[in-house]
Amino acid sequence: MSTDQALPAGALGAPADAVARRADADRRADRFFRYLVTGAGLFVLAALTGAALSMLWGGRLAFSTFGFEFLTTTDWDAVGKKFGALVPIYGTLVTALIAMLIAVPVSFGIALFLTEVAPPWLRTPVASAIELLAGIPSIIYGMWGLFVFVPVMSTTVIPFLTEHLGPLPIFGPLFQGPPLGIGMLTAGIVLAIMVIPFISSVMREVFLTVPSRLKESAYALGSTTWEVAWNVVLPYTRSAVIGGIFLGLGRALGETMAVTFVLGNAHHLTASLLMPGNSIAATIANEFSEADSEIYLSSLIALGFLLFIVTFIVLAIAKLMLMRLNRNEGNR
Amino acid sequence: MSAMAEKLYRRRRLKNGIALALASAATLFGLFWLVWILWTTLINGVGALKPELFYQMTPPPGSDGGLANAFFGSVLMSLLAIALGTPVGILAGTFLAEYARRSLLGEAIRFVNDILLSAPSIVLGLFVYTLVVKQMGHFSGLAGAITLALIVLPVVVRTTDEMLKLVPSQMREAALSLGVPQWKVTVQVLYRSALPGIVTGVLLALARISGETAPLLFTALNNQFWSVDMGGPMASVPVVVFQYAMSPYDSWHSLAWAGAFMVTVFVLCISLIARAIIARRKVAND
Repeated sequence: MSTDQALPAGALGAPADAVARRADADRRADRFFRYLVTGAGLFVLAALTGAALSMLWGGRLAFSTFGFEFLTTTDWDAVGKKFGALVPIYGTLVTALIAMLIAVPVSFGIALFLTEVAPPWLRTPVASAIELLAGIPSIIYGMWGLFVFVPVMSTTVIPFLTEHLGPLPIFGPLFQGPPLGIGMLTAGIVLAIMVIPFISSVMREVFLTVPSRLKESAYALGSTTWEVAWNVVLPYTRSAVIGGIFLGLGRALGETMAVTFVLGNAHHLTASLLMPGNSIAATIANEFSEADSEIYLSSLIALGFLLFIVTFIVLAIAKLMLMRLNRNEGNR
Repeated sequence: MSAMAEKLYRRRRLKNGIALALASAATLFGLFWLVWILWTTLINGVGALKPELFYQMTPPPGSDGGLANAFFGSVLMSLLAIALGTPVGILAGTFLAEYARRSLLGEAIRFVNDILLSAPSIVLGLFVYTLVVKQMGHFSGLAGAITLALIVLPVVVRTTDEMLKLVPSQMREAALSLGVPQWKVTVQVLYRSALPGIVTGVLLALARISGETAPLLFTALNNQFWSVDMGGPMASVPVVVFQYAMSPYDSWHSLAWAGAFMVTVFVLCISLIARAIIARRKVAND
């Protein structure tokens, strides 16, 4: 009792109080930090949802005016205020398809070269160089395409194609037309160059995840390098390879500037790949500043919404396919 | 029998040889475009370089000028975009790595973020157009910066998430066992350890937005004159390059090449620096 009184009041309590206060403050700060990071995380979700909703909202006038015909008609008439998106949709799909037809086999070749064929000292520098292609801004591809590649196409490649492939029975009409240089084939080739680094780097990465014992077993049985790649590496990584291809497809569908330069901004539907066409992204980029009426603007935003939905689906498939490989790896 | 085996063996060897030759050819094909595009940019760009680029404004058709206002606009909008996008990105990445590593919400955000990472930038431009430009009633540098910030965001989220996951959990446990509150562990221990990775992410994001053109067409638009007003339309190098390259004037083409060259050199340098940081980190960890 007396010792208690001898001590200054609260001398023992004070540190206990301070510790409690400190713990309280820490708990509050922790809670605040938790809310802060959760909010930032939710913001990412909100950004994507907001983008989708805002475009749906901006395009509502076009959707309600034209209804389903917006997707199936080819009129694009700013004066008559009638808009149908079939030409840009067709152009987007065709250019992306051409890009994929070129980029997928080439990317597979590059990935194979970098994982199985090239001597080890060559692999890193070549892989870095290919990845540099992905770093070049798309506007540079566009300028190069317009000033350098289009003349080459119109003077050499297109006359050659028209002469040799034009007379063919079924595919012929695809390659008939004046050698303008600008057009869907050129745009598809430029897109292919742009997506090759994306697809090949995914393929290369997943090829590296194949356990060496699988490959070594196949080699021990006398397989050639090609047989190992085709019968062991590719089946093991199939879903991720498809994921990588879809990732490239997503890029090709949404690519804007490079395509805008070399596609020609023409609103009519042609069978020929050599004729100017249009794509969703190029239409928006070219015409947004000219959109003088509410319905014109709304149609462009509606196009953006369509592009968003299509790329969302493609990229979601890509992501799911890539995740599947990770899961499989855990099981094996 | 042995003759048949011999034949089969030869056919397999041949097939292998052809396939591997095609793979090498594919690599050469890829490198061929890289060299061609860079060479074109270099030749045309260096030929168009001149000191006026940096102190004269973008000219009207047919006359000489520079790109000073465009450079300024690009720098200003990119810096603001980094300033807006980086903190939110780091916090969201922290949420994913430290608070929601295995949760459903975390997986959903990671999924959405990966889609945002590859989504067409033109879509983000339209988003900011309806959200900011339409509400303000006019195009502005601020709207441009917000759009670029939305492109920065997923890159920073992804790298922060991945870098924090690489920090060994002993480090967290050691700090927590000393009674350090979690936010302090995150800010003073984990961020410090993940810093080089996060800086790399920010650099990669900067490289990405420096060449962005499409989304700026609907947000910052363009401005022929010197402007420091973020509330009004603002020039940027890529948009000016686009406008000038599509024009019929030779003097504008030359300016466009100069701008394209500067952007390419900047972007490639930034990516090389980012790569060097990653490489050094790998060596240090070994």
